[in-house]
Amino acid sequence: MPEIKEPIEKSEAAGHTGAPQHTPSAFHKTRSHRTAFAADKLATFFFCAAGIFLVSLLFLFAGYIIYSGRESLTFHFLTSPPRFMQRGGGVGPQLFNSIYLLFISSVFSIPIGVGAGIYMAEYAKPNTITKSIRLSLETLSALPSIVVGLFGLLIFINVLGWGFSIMAGAMALMILNLPVITRVAEESIRNVPSSLKEGSLALGATHWQTIWKLILPSALPGILSGVILVTGRIFGEAAALLFTAGMSSPHLNFGDWNPLHYTSPLNPFRPAETLAVYTWKVNSEGLAPDARQIADGAAAVLIITVFLFNILARYIGRVLQNRVRSH
Amino acid sequence: MISETENLPKPFCITSGNSDMDPRPPKPSYFFRETLGRHYTTLCGGIIILLTVVMVAFVAVKGLAAFVGAHPISPLQFLFSSQWHPDASASEGGPKFGALAFIVGSLSVSGLAVLFSAPLAIAASVLIAIIAPKSGENFIRPVLELFTGIPSVVYGWVGLSLLVPFIRNHFPGLGFSLLAGSLVLGLMILPTITTLTTDALQALPISFTEGSYALGATRWQTIYRILFPAAGSRILIGITLGITRAFGEALAVQMVIGNSVQIPGSVFSAMSTLTSIITMDMGNTISGSAWNNAMWSMALLLLLITFGFIVIIKVLGAQRTVKRGSNA
Repeated sequence: MPEIKEPIEKSEAAGHTGAPQHTPSAFHKTRSHRTAFAADKLATFFFCAAGIFLVSLLFLFAGYIIYSGRESLTFHFLTSPPRFMQRGGGVGPQLFNSIYLLFISSVFSIPIGVGAGIYMAEYAKPNTITKSIRLSLETLSALPSIVVGLFGLLIFINVLGWGFSIMAGAMALMILNLPVITRVAEESIRNVPSSLKEGSLALGATHWQTIWKLILPSALPGILSGVILVTGRIFGEAAALLFTAGMSSPHLNFGDWNPLHYTSPLNPFRPAETLAVYTWKVNSEGLAPDARQIADGAAAVLIITVFLFNILARYIGRVLQNRVRSH
Repeated sequence: MISETENLPKPFCITSGNSDMDPRPPKPSYFFRETLGRHYTTLCGGIIILLTVVMVAFVAVKGLAAFVGAHPISPLQFLFSSQWHPDASASEGGPKFGALAFIVGSLSVSGLAVLFSAPLAIAASVLIAIIAPKSGENFIRPVLELFTGIPSVVYGWVGLSLLVPFIRNHFPGLGFSLLAGSLVLGLMILPTITTLTTDALQALPISFTEGSYALGATRWQTIYRILFPAAGSRILIGITLGITRAFGEALAVQMVIGNSVQIPGSVFSAMSTLTSIITMDMGNTISGSAWNNAMWSMALLLLLITFGFIVIIKVLGAQRTVKRGSNA
């Protein structure tokens, strides 16, 4: 049993004044002792090296993207439409589509997701329904996004006949969003101290009043930062949008804000190619001579936007948390 | 809003229910909102179940259409043949729909990806959770969380513009390869697996570590004799989630693997996956044709394999609770 020997040696070597019946010098020379320490040092070195390697890999990755896209990050690139077979096209409509799509999908996914989160945290009883919701959430969050896109193609395009549209894309994104928002909402609500709820109920408030006026506001920082994070993720989603929001963008007239007009940017039933989809498409069928540069720029814009979302989420979470605490 | 708060302390408003005895106008809003709120949140839960069921049902029905009807594909041929000639004419022996190349492709690319990233992820998570918990928590973990949000097309793009030329210049083949695909996927799932394994290690009771140190074990002995076994099933859950994500990824892989329909002979050969062929062919086949139906069958297969991963995760999770229970 060498395991028994090592522990005693270690405590001696580490300068612990225990077990006086052992003479340290006798143990210092044992081989297993030295091996154990060498192994420990080696392991520590190895773990540190792995961690540093991992972090530097990620930094190199982000640095490479932003560095190669640096020239494209101009106002012109961000606002002008792409050009066919010509240099100098931008990603204006795509960027707009991405943001608009995010907005529309959030309009649907946040109320449903937060509602379901409230249900899971406050109302759910340990029964079959709760179990099936839990299972559904797990299934939804594990689904490959391309399958969600195919489902969107089937339901919204083939069955409902919406055509490739922002609406269909928003619905597909909603399906991807829902499980995460629900989980975030549930966790944030569960983290609210139960004394708050008990106090409110004891004062005679109804359960819903308690949820609406106490629990939700206290859980808001968590919910909000979670929602922003997931929104940032959805910003880069492409596979689910290929067959729902489409791979083309009609000529947009940015002077026309009537949602019913076909060329209006706000029309929810027009095809809308997002930035992520465009990044992918430029690679596979880049028709502009500067396709490489466009893709570099688009990738840089994508990664910077995701970082901004992330920073915003942290910031809002912290600010609101302080405000809730101070009240 | 204000009037409600003012009314709050009057108990009979709440307890009297219907205001037969209450001369004042009834205040239905409490109870109305109570039921409304309850029903609304229940409805939201219902929507989630409904959505899942409808989605699975529709994909299943569409996916099974290829195996019935006028020109059915044999399910065995679909699963175990690598003959993929969807546009072959009748004189050439008719179209053949064997999806084995895609199935093997998907499994090998995601398997290799995990092989690349899991060891690194576990090692890094030890650093974050045990060796340097402070800088791990304040610096490395936020960085990792940042990177889980990076769009997959960006990973694909970097693979295409850096990795593929590198492989082309230094190894046989065109660069579009199983190796490129799995490296891109490996990098993509690295933050996910690292975060989950870190969670697993941090969730262990501190008494495990303290007890082990008190017995005089070195840190390495503690890690591999105590902490790894104790967190084992949760680490495996993290790795499985990583495979699930890699397996379902479409575009990042599609950009770098070359998309030729063959079972990859080496890590340098081009290949296809279930997701890549769906991405490529779903758009240019006619709905209802045998070719299109075969695409849906692959989507169904993708769904079923994902379910398989969920089951593995569930089993691992159940093991953990059983272990906990027996210890207690």
